[in-house]
Amino acid sequence: MTTPARGSLLGIEHLEHKEILGLLKLARRMNPLKARPLLRNKRIVLLFYEPSTRTRSSFEIAAKSLAAITTLVQSSGSSIEKGESLLDTGYTLRALGADVIVLRHPCAGAPHLMAKHLDIPVINAGDGMHEHPSQALLDAFTILKHKKSFKGLQVAIIGDIFHSRVARSACHLLTKFGVKITLCGPPEFVPEVAAVLAPGLRITRHIEEALRGADVSMLLRLQKERLAGQRIRLEDYIARYQMTAARLKLAKHDAIVMHPGPIIRGLELTAEVADGPQSVIVDEIHNGVPTRMAILARALGKAK
Amino acid sequence: MLSAKSQRRESASLLIKGGHVIDPAARFNAPMDVLLRDGRVAEVALPNKVRGSADEKFDARGLIVAPGFIDLHVHLREPGQSYKETIASGTAAAAAGGFTSICTMPNTLPVVDTEEWVTWLRQPERGAVVNVFPIAAATRSSRGASLTDFAALQRAGAVAVTDDGKPILDDEVMRAALRLGAELNLPVVQHAEDTRLTEHCSMHEGPTSFRLGLRGMPAAAEANTVDRDVNLAQHIRESRLHVAHLSTSDALKAVRRGKRAKARVTCEVTPHHFTLLDQDVGEYNTNFKMNPPLRSATDREAILVALADGTVDAIATDHAPHATHEKQVEFERAAFGITGLETALALAITKLHREYKVPLPRIVELFSAGPARVFDLRGRGSLARGNFADLTIFDPKKRWTFEAARSRSLSHNTPFDGWQFTGRVVATVVGGKVVYRTD
Repeated sequence: MTTPARGSLLGIEHLEHKEILGLLKLARRMNPLKARPLLRNKRIVLLFYEPSTRTRSSFEIAAKSLAAITTLVQSSGSSIEKGESLLDTGYTLRALGADVIVLRHPCAGAPHLMAKHLDIPVINAGDGMHEHPSQALLDAFTILKHKKSFKGLQVAIIGDIFHSRVARSACHLLTKFGVKITLCGPPEFVPEVAAVLAPGLRITRHIEEALRGADVSMLLRLQKERLAGQRIRLEDYIARYQMTAARLKLAKHDAIVMHPGPIIRGLELTAEVADGPQSVIVDEIHNGVPTRMAILARALGKAK
Repeated sequence: MLSAKSQRRESASLLIKGGHVIDPAARFNAPMDVLLRDGRVAEVALPNKVRGSADEKFDARGLIVAPGFIDLHVHLREPGQSYKETIASGTAAAAAGGFTSICTMPNTLPVVDTEEWVTWLRQPERGAVVNVFPIAAATRSSRGASLTDFAALQRAGAVAVTDDGKPILDDEVMRAALRLGAELNLPVVQHAEDTRLTEHCSMHEGPTSFRLGLRGMPAAAEANTVDRDVNLAQHIRESRLHVAHLSTSDALKAVRRGKRAKARVTCEVTPHHFTLLDQDVGEYNTNFKMNPPLRSATDREAILVALADGTVDAIATDHAPHATHEKQVEFERAAFGITGLETALALAITKLHREYKVPLPRIVELFSAGPARVFDLRGRGSLARGNFADLTIFDPKKRWTFEAARSRSLSHNTPFDGWQFTGRVVATVVGGKVVYRTD
């Protein structure tokens, strides 16, 4: 095996425009409340090496809504704790009859390694600081529910972009559709090099500048678990980059506020913003299920 | 008493006939014949002008005959990790790559920090087919705290000291190492990396590391250390600092500064650093993961200039074999290092000579006279009469494809599998004996 099996979803970067549109279209037709047994008797393994609430349960509910059988394997309480390698775990799951592996892993590129050696589709449910393609797709799905199209949209992504796989995937996806993105945060979180990730990215250190005229503001959590070696004073961060109701007024009147979660109220945003009328944070979680149904259906060639 | 057979071998002589000798140290660059006798160079003369007779002849028509290549930076993994490489397998790979002498790094298990281990490495039982010159640890267990017994290590045969893989960060320890080295005329080799800047990093810091979501090692982590080391060396009379596997433009500036100030500062560059870039890591290919990492185009450009203009003293491979299970893992968890002995000359000819127009004599110098000077390997690096009969014979025009699976090394962690090269080693002669010949 050297090329990933058909239906794998490793990242957004190398995904074609029309594949993204296809997935979004399929997601719109998925309804978790009206179960369709598209994936009856298919075995979907959720292999999670990192804690997760949203992504894991949303993939599980998505799989079950399509009548698939799911198994959750987590690093604690499995042979992974005994030192089994990622590939050996993959081979084991394959031998047990897995049809798809949904992998969440703290190392960037872990899904690529697995996909290179297995003949079944691998879905990246977040790999280190690299990509989180299902999140980018559900965010695109959410944006399109609130905005007519991607055309002419201005998006501000605010916060810890360096450590964020969500930001990387979002940048790849949205810029493929010509969306203008402004990345905003201190240099530790938004290094200059971030601008070359995708075409049409711009960097600013001022949240006001990022928000002015924005259609979408996407906030990111400060990831304490990935802050190795970084010194950030929370007070300063809050003063300069927290999303408040006053700052939100700088964006377009119909701008939406997004956040991949988990949110930390009082840090990257105020409770007022999180629960305010422009917040679509709960909607994003909700949209995760049909989006992931579409991803799983595509993985198993049932994209009908 | 010697048997007749071994007596015959003792007095064996070999005439290398019809080749083109390139020996920068002796200023030879002409068609010449070379007569080797009793393990030494007996004569180098114009075609058909060698006076002595030979038991055997080697037809070198169409080939370059050069002083035996010397690799200043090789990891042989013995003692302790013979599943990656043994002295026998590593030296076989060296011979196939045209190297007649290799200097081995002390970061084995245990670390080579005693004279006993230095002696052990050099024993004939190890089965080396080329000359092995051990580099001993500079500090005990390479912990960076207290210096080893340089004098004893040198007496046992160590040609330099280093804590390779683990830089000597402590200023005071580094200064003490350079001072002691100066007293003994022993080079101190530094793996220049300020590890405080490279924690959890697995590649060069730049657009590629950002895109891949990998923590990057800033170029400054290397340059800062080289800068500090040059500053120290400049103020210690007769101290000898050798910068291992130099990879950044800024580190080169520090080396140039030291050389201008007449400090005894030398440096080596690896074939992968003059060939590849950070972006070549592709989608997390662990055979492109090494330390120092592949750098930016700017860094590589600077290295190419320095290779041509004489700032770089030697090409060294940093041959670092690892087993498949240590590489077929998550990129961030994969071992650092790649093999390199069998592809070094081919890369130098294909990249440096053909693509960047570095003349062949300069390339030969970087593989022979250059490294011999760095570690004072007497009687090597040139084909002057009386020198050791170590020769590398190669065909600079031969096209071939490197296959990792056919490597002599026990490990196959190379980024160059399947690469098409121009320039191939045809024979390697150590002490007057042909130890490798292409089939």
